[in-house]
Amino acid sequence: MTIVEAEKLNQKGLQKVASNERFTFFGLTLPYLIMVTALIVIPVGWLFYLSFIGRDGSFSFENYERMMKSKAYIRIFITTFKISILTTIICAAIGYPLAYFMSQLSRKWANICMIGVLIPFWTSLLVRTYAWLVLLQKKGLLNNMAIEMGLITEPIKIVHNTTGTLIGMVHIMLPFLILPLYANMRSIDKDTLKAASSLGATPTRAFWTVFFPLSLPGLLAGLLIVFVLCLGFYVTPAILGGGRVIMAAMKISSNIELYFSWGAASALGVVLLVVTGIILFIASKLVSMDQLGNR
Amino acid sequence: MNETSLNISIREVTKKYDQFYALKDVSLEIKSGEFMTLLGPSGSGKTTLLMVLAGFTNPDYGSVKFGDEEVILKPPHLRGIGMVFQNYALFPHMTVEQNVGYPQKLRGVSAAETKRSVEEALNTVKLEGLGHRGINELSGGQRQRVALARAIVFKPKILLMDEPLSALDKKLREEMQIELRQLHDTLNMTTVYVTHDQKEALTMSDRITVINHGELMQLGTPNEIYEHPNNHFIADFIGESSLLPVSIRDGKTSLNGEKIVLAEKAEKDGDYLLVVRPEKAFLADKKVKGANYFSGKLIDSIFQGESQLLVVKLNSNDDGQEVRVRVPNESVTQKALPEVGQTVSIGLKVADSYVVS
Amino acid sequence: MSFLNKNVSETQIRLKDRLWLYIFSYIILFLLIVPSLVVIPMSFSASQYLEFPPREWSLRWYENYFFAWKVENGFNDWMQATWTSVKVAVLTIFVATPVGTMAAYGLVNSNSRLSKILFPIFISPMMVPIILVAIGLFYFFVQFKLVGSIFGLVLGHSLVAMPLVLIIVFSALKNYDMNQEKVARSLGATRFRAFREITLPQIKFSIISASLIAFLTSFDEIIISLFVAGGDNSTITRSMFLALRDQIDPTIAAISTILIVISSGLLIIIQLIGNKENKKD
Repeated sequence: MTIVEAEKLNQKGLQKVASNERFTFFGLTLPYLIMVTALIVIPVGWLFYLSFIGRDGSFSFENYERMMKSKAYIRIFITTFKISILTTIICAAIGYPLAYFMSQLSRKWANICMIGVLIPFWTSLLVRTYAWLVLLQKKGLLNNMAIEMGLITEPIKIVHNTTGTLIGMVHIMLPFLILPLYANMRSIDKDTLKAASSLGATPTRAFWTVFFPLSLPGLLAGLLIVFVLCLGFYVTPAILGGGRVIMAAMKISSNIELYFSWGAASALGVVLLVVTGIILFIASKLVSMDQLGNR
Repeated sequence: MNETSLNISIREVTKKYDQFYALKDVSLEIKSGEFMTLLGPSGSGKTTLLMVLAGFTNPDYGSVKFGDEEVILKPPHLRGIGMVFQNYALFPHMTVEQNVGYPQKLRGVSAAETKRSVEEALNTVKLEGLGHRGINELSGGQRQRVALARAIVFKPKILLMDEPLSALDKKLREEMQIELRQLHDTLNMTTVYVTHDQKEALTMSDRITVINHGELMQLGTPNEIYEHPNNHFIADFIGESSLLPVSIRDGKTSLNGEKIVLAEKAEKDGDYLLVVRPEKAFLADKKVKGANYFSGKLIDSIFQGESQLLVVKLNSNDDGQEVRVRVPNESVTQKALPEVGQTVSIGLKVADSYVVS
Repeated sequence: MSFLNKNVSETQIRLKDRLWLYIFSYIILFLLIVPSLVVIPMSFSASQYLEFPPREWSLRWYENYFFAWKVENGFNDWMQATWTSVKVAVLTIFVATPVGTMAAYGLVNSNSRLSKILFPIFISPMMVPIILVAIGLFYFFVQFKLVGSIFGLVLGHSLVAMPLVLIIVFSALKNYDMNQEKVARSLGATRFRAFREITLPQIKFSIISASLIAFLTSFDEIIISLFVAGGDNSTITRSMFLALRDQIDPTIAAISTILIVISSGLLIIIQLIGNKENKKD
């Protein structure tokens, strides 16, 4: 004889109700989940697999080995990081004071300035890149103006090189830094600053000891978004770099378009993804994921 | 069975989250037409129990019957309850009329009948003529009334309220307590009311269920709960009280070595807490029989309008146990109040002396 | 110059001490907006070369855009590309908006453990380098013969638009009081009816904004289109990019001008909608 534990009142029925409930909500996210799985997880996973397949079709590290040995690839990595870091630093240097300025304005004026940030944000990337190409070229507006003002005699080269790429990328990335930073600064309780100054802090000191630390989560979120987007950037360096600034994404593209070299492209892509992942992982320990999404 | 209300029978309702019980084997009978308050501190499980009744929280097991009908597996919309939420949850995209008429619309009631019942409900909550207002044009108290009208418009047999008055200021809250109570007497629907405010519970309820840590601690009328708390948690939570440790040995009770007499003898020897309600303690000029006395030093005297609160540190107690005494503000006694620092004698009638575990 | 002594902050900083910040900020705002606008005068230039300011004015680049069918270098059927872009962007609205909205609703109502796992997965299209998504999709679509199809483009663009829809609707639902839906259900509404009659009317402006943003995202998308589009179905931005990489065609200035007008128009609509929704509180 076995002892059957008596069922508690309505236990089974309630379990069913609870699982139906869970399934309803999960079901609503299902189309999204399926799309992301089918269109990102599986394809990227497959690229991951390809990166470990050698020319003879067997498992090997040759794609990675070749990449590590090749001077061209090393140069691409250096360029990618150099451009990304420089863009991020310049964005922070320009964006922080601007976001601070906006956060100190009244709502009405801040919203007007916000339009200034949002218009470029929603203007096609390509249009903005093209505009810089027009402005920066040898016979472009900038060179013409400088010559007329007598600053230079010969047009200088500011496009189809690193300088041009940086100018364009900073312009494109700046809103990504300002938006989370500004939202964060707005949410800082102004009474904390009043409290600091009532306790005897000079405005400068109050800023550095109270405001700045409180704005760090926003700054970090902004820096992160900018840096991660820069790592994978393609369009702007391709046009403004004029073939002289080759970043990782461009190499991946040319590997596929020109050489049909999936293994090499995948390996480079995996490295790019892993670096991005590590940065995001470290950052997620520092700021919440919600803030990252808050663009 | 009453036509306008149903009794509620809760049996063995249990809800466990990971390692902690939100509700643990809760069984409770709520009579038809009763005003039952679920009282407890925040996180006690009182709201969880209300949500189980409403159908928004699924317990792990248990039974909830409205009348003779088991409802535990029914979704909320089939339970036929009226409900008022803490923050009212009025629909801002609808007018007052549309808000109140919404349950009728869901029930497919005719336009004319809806109009009539909405007017009736608005009259009941004293909002006649405000039907066309938007929600944003209403004051906090008015919103509260709209939420109530919306919950009663279809004459549900059971009305559930989750701290409906907590967002109002004190004066308005006290007015609404009386009004809600009167409303309940008129409509006579079974009402389950959740609050953490013990005074509110005492004011409004037919019976009170005190809940803590997901378990029922005591069930009784406001009077029973106040005068005969089951344990020190309730004695402390309901009303004001000073709890003094006493020990009972061989049926004899002593407080720091001094003998005291209790109204009822304790069943067993052991350590207990003597409950001293400030309004029951009094300043004793001379000792008469039928009361226990404690002497101590007056360390604070606070004017509170209708009364004066005295804080006395007991002499006999090394730990500096404090007893509070409330002296009503009467012109005669006002003069006789001792100064801070003086030694005073406090009396507590034997009839008011009881201990809790 | 008394206004220079005006206090401009909570900590009593006077305007003259902050003047550098004001000047600096206005210069940056100027530099954010104005450079893109340079394409507008360029688009009316008569010259083949990009001179600024143009010496002569004409509408020839607009003519070229609207009426030059099949220009020699292959990709240059601007109107057809525009039409493809519009079709894809509109279809993207109809995929990304419902899918993103449903997921946002599901996430808001799910327990926190599930949403903590799902949320990063759901915003992954914004986090994974887009070039990787593009070549992944390219390979994937080759298997299913979707390269060069409108359907493939819509899937690809929806993928990048969905996280934006999700985030916008998710935050609207976070600010929304879910108790309203509970009240409606306690009063007799089914869950679906409570959503339709109570929740939906209150978040509809966010959903409209989200769908406009989905449109813009698709319309501006380049990299996925670069790999996935092809044949007769090139998108306008893809054609522009290919043209830019090879030569500088002033027709692009004309198209850019049109794009600026479209995106500014949509931005204004989104802002107006945002104001409307904020005013309700």
